[in-house]
Amino acid sequence: MLSHLRPAITLTLGFTLLTGLAYPLAITGAAQALFPTQANGSFIEKGGAVVGSALIAQSFTKAGYLHPRPSASSYGATPSGASNLGPTNASLIASVAERRTAYTAENGAEAPIDAVTTSASGLDPDISPENAAAQAARIATARNADPAAVQALIAQQVKAPLLGLYGEPTVNVLQTNLALDAAFPLPK
Amino acid sequence: MMTLISYILYFAVLTALALGLAVWMQRVFEARIPALVWVDRIVLRSAGVDPDRQMNWAAYAMAVLAFNLAGFVVLYALLRLQGYLPLNPDGMGAMSPDLAFNTAVSFITNTNWQAYSGEAQLSYLSQMAGLTVQNFVSAASGMAVGVAVIRGFSGPKDGGLGNFWADMTRATLWILLPLSIALALYLAAQGVPQTLLGAVHTTGLEGAEQIIPRGPAATQIAIKQLGTNGGGFFGVNSAHPFENPTIASDLAQCLSILLIPVAFCFLFGSMARERRQGWAIFGAMGIMLLAGLAVIHFYETAGNPSLGIGANMEGKEARFGAMLSSLWAASTTAASNGSVNAMHDSFMPLSGMVLMVFMQIGEVIFGGVGSGLYGMLLYCIIAVFLAGLMVGRTPEYLGRKIEAREVTLAVVGFLSMPLGILVVGAFASTLPSALAAIQDPGPHGFSEVLYAYSSATGNNGSAFGGWGASLPWHTTAMGLVMILGRYAMIIPVLAIAGSLSRKTKAEATAGTFPTHGPLFVTLLILTVLILGALTFFPVLALGPIAEETARVAGQSF
Repeated sequence: MLSHLRPAITLTLGFTLLTGLAYPLAITGAAQALFPTQANGSFIEKGGAVVGSALIAQSFTKAGYLHPRPSASSYGATPSGASNLGPTNASLIASVAERRTAYTAENGAEAPIDAVTTSASGLDPDISPENAAAQAARIATARNADPAAVQALIAQQVKAPLLGLYGEPTVNVLQTNLALDAAFPLPK
Repeated sequence: MMTLISYILYFAVLTALALGLAVWMQRVFEARIPALVWVDRIVLRSAGVDPDRQMNWAAYAMAVLAFNLAGFVVLYALLRLQGYLPLNPDGMGAMSPDLAFNTAVSFITNTNWQAYSGEAQLSYLSQMAGLTVQNFVSAASGMAVGVAVIRGFSGPKDGGLGNFWADMTRATLWILLPLSIALALYLAAQGVPQTLLGAVHTTGLEGAEQIIPRGPAATQIAIKQLGTNGGGFFGVNSAHPFENPTIASDLAQCLSILLIPVAFCFLFGSMARERRQGWAIFGAMGIMLLAGLAVIHFYETAGNPSLGIGANMEGKEARFGAMLSSLWAASTTAASNGSVNAMHDSFMPLSGMVLMVFMQIGEVIFGGVGSGLYGMLLYCIIAVFLAGLMVGRTPEYLGRKIEAREVTLAVVGFLSMPLGILVVGAFASTLPSALAAIQDPGPHGFSEVLYAYSSATGNNGSAFGGWGASLPWHTTAMGLVMILGRYAMIIPVLAIAGSLSRKTKAEATAGTFPTHGPLFVTLLILTVLILGALTFFPVLALGPIAEETARVAGQSF
């Protein structure tokens, strides 16, 4: 055991310097030089203020905005969190039913499944295209806009699955809401 | 049909990448590239190591233990002292002693169970110089043991097991580090933060205030996937949009989870100078992975009728949906990785059961880097032993006689799983002081405990996340079973390798039971199912099977 002590300590310290400091610091330098926006968190500025990150959901409740998926952490990022409720949990089944009723009352449409279930991170920045389309009429009314034009704007925001094979089509809520503000300003 | 094409393409790419990597790994471990050998000699000599000195199995095991112990001491100290150390922009304080013990054990054993939440409890220094380092060297330790075991099983008589310090250093410098650099840069380009700046305060379009933590995440996530570690930078792991922002980042990480474990099958075949032996193990592992994946995919896509029509999207991200969440869940539990891109606690009961079985059989469906292969070699020993009993011949594997000593040691290795899961798990699910951790009522609550102890003993690290892992009773007990699951496997398997390496290799005759081809693959799968899965059938009946039966009958809890 004693003969192993020197290599154990030397290599632990050596690899701490190499993989624990040199590696992350060098990659930080490279990433900051190559892709600064992404490497800093994909934050979006509007009028000089940071309004959020394109990757992180934020709460939207006004009728004129696209609403994100429900969040078990109330859109809090410190820490992130999911409901983690099991598939036979009665309180999960009850909350989903409640959200379904509220969604239909708000939008006059059936809720797609992603609109009534909480995401894995509590910070899911995206919703399904069906969910976005179902909210279009409500948004158009709140903005005194042509419903077809709002639908068209949302359709433009849909990101397709990778290679048409992997993942799901999505609509980014914050980016779409910024596009809505630009195209159809909210009435004062 | 499109789904089938997606899966076929995915696994074809994975296999091709692993075949290529195995060639590189063999050159690295057999010290065949002069420029690299020149560098590792300087490193090893400066640590007082003669890389050409062969170790016997006991010396090899002692070196692993000494190295991991040193890692534990450094990591524990970092976590306790982080409040006084630099690179702490968000002002994190010391971790409690029991949680620091749990976390340090979790990272040195390549488990990466997260009883903490990174963005709320860790400084950037702890993430980088603590967790990231162990992500590298615990993985490199597993790879070194894997290579030593391959040498013992298949090398020439008295050929030795190699030198731990040389194997571990080579695995880190020439396999894990280059792959991590490439993956980290790719992930940063996709939107994973890589910065030393602290959290950002934002005011949203509707005026909602948010504090959004970030940090040097890409470098840690790259190695957490490649080294089958799995401990995330953020609490919700690779479900967090900062850890896994796009479909492309998801596929790159998912491939990285299985890459080195799959390459180990091929490395085994080529180092044994008989590639079909590697293909046989790859075949057995691949068939079990695909069978489990099919079950998970079916249930997650079909969804939960109690929640509405559509896939089971509770605890899943919109960009991944049911398919990529199922693929990840199967890969991460098969490969002893433990990172998640969806919440396993909210998976359908039988999906959850498959995930538990993958861990309970000892993480041998590709498994951890190095450890998956040596775990499966234990099953190979039992399989040829069973075949030997049936035909009444002394069993052989790769030309070496399997005798009482090897079979006994293999069984000792297997016993760590039922000991950690069934014995410690029984206390964890009955003692009043431990029960407070359960979140869900009904059989699902029991599944939470069963999953946790399966994950810890199998050194996986994923969780049914609703379960209160930070209860001191569990941080301590799980720390202990993680040690059990790691070293009660490593020591016997190295002893077997040492014992086999001293035996003469016999030429195959007409009477030799061939350990390649469909017959052996079938026998190996059956051995895994009988020995591994049947041990846990009774407890699975109390958890996921009871829950599924109740669910089908329309019952909720």
